[in-house]
Amino acid sequence: MEKTINLTLKVWRQNGPKEKGRFETYQVSNISTDSSFLEMMDILNEQLVGENKEPIAFDHDCREGICGMCSLYINGRPHGPDEDITTCQLHMRKFKDGETVTIEPWRAAAFPIIKDLIVDRTAFDKIIAAGGYVSVNTGGVPDANAIPIARPAAEEAMDAAACIGCGACVAACKNSSAMLFVSAKVSQLALLPQGKVEAKRRAKAMVSKMDELGFGGCTNTGACEVECPKSISIAHISRLNREYLKSRLSE
Amino acid sequence: MSVFNSKIPEGPLAQKWTNYKDHQKLVNPSNKRKLDVIIVGTGLAGASAAASLGEMGFNVKNFTIQDSPRRAHSIAAQGGINAAKNYPNDGDSVYRLFYDTIKGGDYRAREANVYRLAEVSNSIIDQCVAQGVPFAREYGGLLDNRSFGGAQVSRTFYARGQTGQQLLLGAYQALMRQVNAGSVKMYTRNELVEIVLVEGKARGIITRDLVTGKLERHFGHAVVLATGGYGNTFFLSTNAMGSNGSAAVKAFHKGAMFANPCMAQIHPTCIPVHGEFQSKLTLMSESLRNDGRIWVPAKKEDAEAIRAGKLKPTQIAEEDRDYYLERRYPAFGNLVPRDVASRAAKERCDAGYGVGTGLAVYLDFKSAIDRLGKDVIEARYGNLFQMYEKIVDDNPYETPMMIYPAIHYTMGGIWVDYELQTNIPGLFAAGEANFSDHGANRLGASALMQGLADGYFVLPYTIQNYLADDIRTPRMTTEEKEFVEAEKAVKDRFEKLLSIQGQRSVDSIHKELGLVMWDFVGMGRNAEGLKKAVKRIAEIKKEFWTNVRIPGNKEGMNVELEKASRLADFIEIGALMARDALDREESCGGHFREEYQTGEGEALRQDDKFAYVSCWEYKGEDAEPALHKEELVYEFVEMLQRNYK
Ligand SMILES: Cc1cc2nc3c(=O)[nH]c(=O)nc-3n(C[C@H](O)[C@H](O)[C@H](O)COP(=O)(O)OP(=O)(O)OC[C@H]3O[C@@H](n4cnc5c(N)ncnc54)[C@H](O)[C@@H]3O)c2cc1C
Ligand code: SF4
Ligand code: FES
Repeated sequence: MEKTINLTLKVWRQNGPKEKGRFETYQVSNISTDSSFLEMMDILNEQLVGENKEPIAFDHDCREGICGMCSLYINGRPHGPDEDITTCQLHMRKFKDGETVTIEPWRAAAFPIIKDLIVDRTAFDKIIAAGGYVSVNTGGVPDANAIPIARPAAEEAMDAAACIGCGACVAACKNSSAMLFVSAKVSQLALLPQGKVEAKRRAKAMVSKMDELGFGGCTNTGACEVECPKSISIAHISRLNREYLKSRLSE
Repeated sequence: MSVFNSKIPEGPLAQKWTNYKDHQKLVNPSNKRKLDVIIVGTGLAGASAAASLGEMGFNVKNFTIQDSPRRAHSIAAQGGINAAKNYPNDGDSVYRLFYDTIKGGDYRAREANVYRLAEVSNSIIDQCVAQGVPFAREYGGLLDNRSFGGAQVSRTFYARGQTGQQLLLGAYQALMRQVNAGSVKMYTRNELVEIVLVEGKARGIITRDLVTGKLERHFGHAVVLATGGYGNTFFLSTNAMGSNGSAAVKAFHKGAMFANPCMAQIHPTCIPVHGEFQSKLTLMSESLRNDGRIWVPAKKEDAEAIRAGKLKPTQIAEEDRDYYLERRYPAFGNLVPRDVASRAAKERCDAGYGVGTGLAVYLDFKSAIDRLGKDVIEARYGNLFQMYEKIVDDNPYETPMMIYPAIHYTMGGIWVDYELQTNIPGLFAAGEANFSDHGANRLGASALMQGLADGYFVLPYTIQNYLADDIRTPRMTTEEKEFVEAEKAVKDRFEKLLSIQGQRSVDSIHKELGLVMWDFVGMGRNAEGLKKAVKRIAEIKKEFWTNVRIPGNKEGMNVELEKASRLADFIEIGALMARDALDREESCGGHFREEYQTGEGEALRQDDKFAYVSCWEYKGEDAEPALHKEELVYEFVEMLQRNYK
């Protein structure tokens, strides 16, 4: 049932990439527990505009948990205190009246801060550009039903393909490794006959790009899987390692 | 008489596109490298066009306001994509898909465009599968299909409830492959703020880098707008927060026609509004209507008791429920097209039978769960049920969902001819940004089809036909006076916005606009209300330009400035929508004029007077826009009254 709560917010503010950041404290009151976390941020920003202050910059777009644009480290957890969701799907009923909530950006060397809570995740695009695709041009492809695909393989590929590229896995990892993200794409395409052909090359290209961009190595802590809003399994990391090994062996 | 040439090719319907392709001009490979194409947008339409044109060897520059092309609004599409494959062998064909689409659009789209759309639909599925899109499959390993509204065959391909995501990621990956190859240059967090014309042709754009605030000039031999729809004019809609109509307004101000602005789609199955700080409305995919049954209490006192929290929906006996879609439309039942389903929900709620806040109806899965088992329902809609539960805090496996209509999609948009070219030479529009294929109402799973058809299979041909005459045009420097002047105009506009320093936040004014739109230009429209809307929107415009407050400055990232600039354009679109709705004295598809309905409350078209595309021409800041009409000539199908009974 709806009720309202008051909160103290400690929010990371930083003017630009090279500037020094700091926490600022704000109060918000009468927040409906039926509103979403980002709606609460909207309310705070309306308040700030009213005081002629610059509102807090944060990334968001779809507000349905699918575009991967929202981020935020809330009380020490990427995407906050609820399971299997993104920040935009987090609702205020998860918070208690009078609570202090700390809000920070993703912190990882490969994701530099742009402003306040916004970070630059173009490194993910660069990893995909290095090989996260099937090399086919438009047109001239076979009929969609020409190659049957066993349903379990198709389902597992879909599980991996559900990754939204949000970067929570990197933010959750003490090494800032991007292995969960990379393995999800390698795994999806390796599971399908269309992607199998280039599997080894793909794994190698994506992993070396990841290393080059300053993401850390994977030490199997499993923190990524716990915080991933789309429940991407670390089993994909094992598949990636296998494909990667194959590519090294065939060199 | 039409003032523009829609360039429909000669010949029988099924031959037109082949005829076109057989006779169009081509550009040879060495010349392609010398030609720059600007594509604005990385949704299904933009990404597929950029990837395909890059593969062909053109020099492509691709822009998006998001931080990555993969985050374009198309990612949010849930339910599926149509194609005429007829894999289930249930009688589907290219003609039937064409016919359903043109009928679904209430006979307000061009025959030739719609036929081409149906014709290329099958290639889209082939393409996506080749890219590794993990569509749902049957146990035999072949592709699975589901049904969508407005069709009696099963022709919708899907990837769980994330079809848009998977299709967009397929296109995005193809696009990133071209970025890697150097044929596409990607500009993220970059917003088009002006279009540059040189000697009457589109030759470039001005963008604002959303991180640095810097204005930049870009030259292109041709410019493609694939910037999506303008549903956010209503503030609350199912669109992503950043979806906007600004590129369309820039084109309009430069002389491009804005077609059918009043044609907006209200989606019947969205999570109802909960409070005044609501920022957006969440769609529950139409695919749910395959298995969910829509109802309200049959007795008013039950509805009242439910609203007061004294009764639960599960306590209402079967015979006290009114499955009003099944009652009114026995042939299509819960699968009537969206406009019909939305109006029926409004009708019940207005009559006092609504649940929740009074503006909601039930979507119930109990009989489907009893029939098929919970696990089957979970496999089909698990992520949607989870999404619902996270938002509403209610378990839809046990209690029926509550839903209500919301603004979802805009059929209107930039006017284009058969080649997807606007009336400005060299300026093209694709995807939801153009008006071309859905007439007065879009069928479910047809927007994804259209976006990818435009980008993979139409533009790559038609743009060549234009560029073939441009191979001798050298790249222009952006020091030309047209670029300098365009940039200056943009700079002045931003400075003006920042100088207002009034009392109202951007969002507060946008919400005010949204309410006017929903009340008077929403599901039920009438002359009196529309006149009021025109007046109110003019007042809101004045309020905005004299009383908006934007903190910060134009250097660096300034989210309020971005929003203000887009709101200024939404206000223009809102006025245009109201004006167009007022002009169209008939009901068709999503445009329902209360004065024009049958005795049974169905939409009443006036084919003798309104079988045209309304094309609005900008006449200057304070002048009224001028209306031109493109007559819709139906050579192959008969305009009938839609009947889903
Ligand atoms: C919740 C939801 C579910 C849907 N489900 C379905 C479905 O199941 N089936 C179906 O067929 N359709 C569905 N639709 C409709 C469909 O998703 C859209 O119509 C379609 O994806 C639009 O694609 P697009 O490429 O035209 O535009 P978009 O995907 O909206 O992309 C627009 C692009 O333009 C860019 N852009 C916008 N303005 C500017 C600017 N000024 N400067 C620079 N770049 C700019 C954006 O950054 C973005 O990259 C759904 C829509 C919604 C909202
Ligand atoms: S693997 Fe999970 S956490 Fe990492 S980017 Fe993908 S969805 Fe986000
Ligand atoms: S805003 Fe799109 S996932 Fe959160």
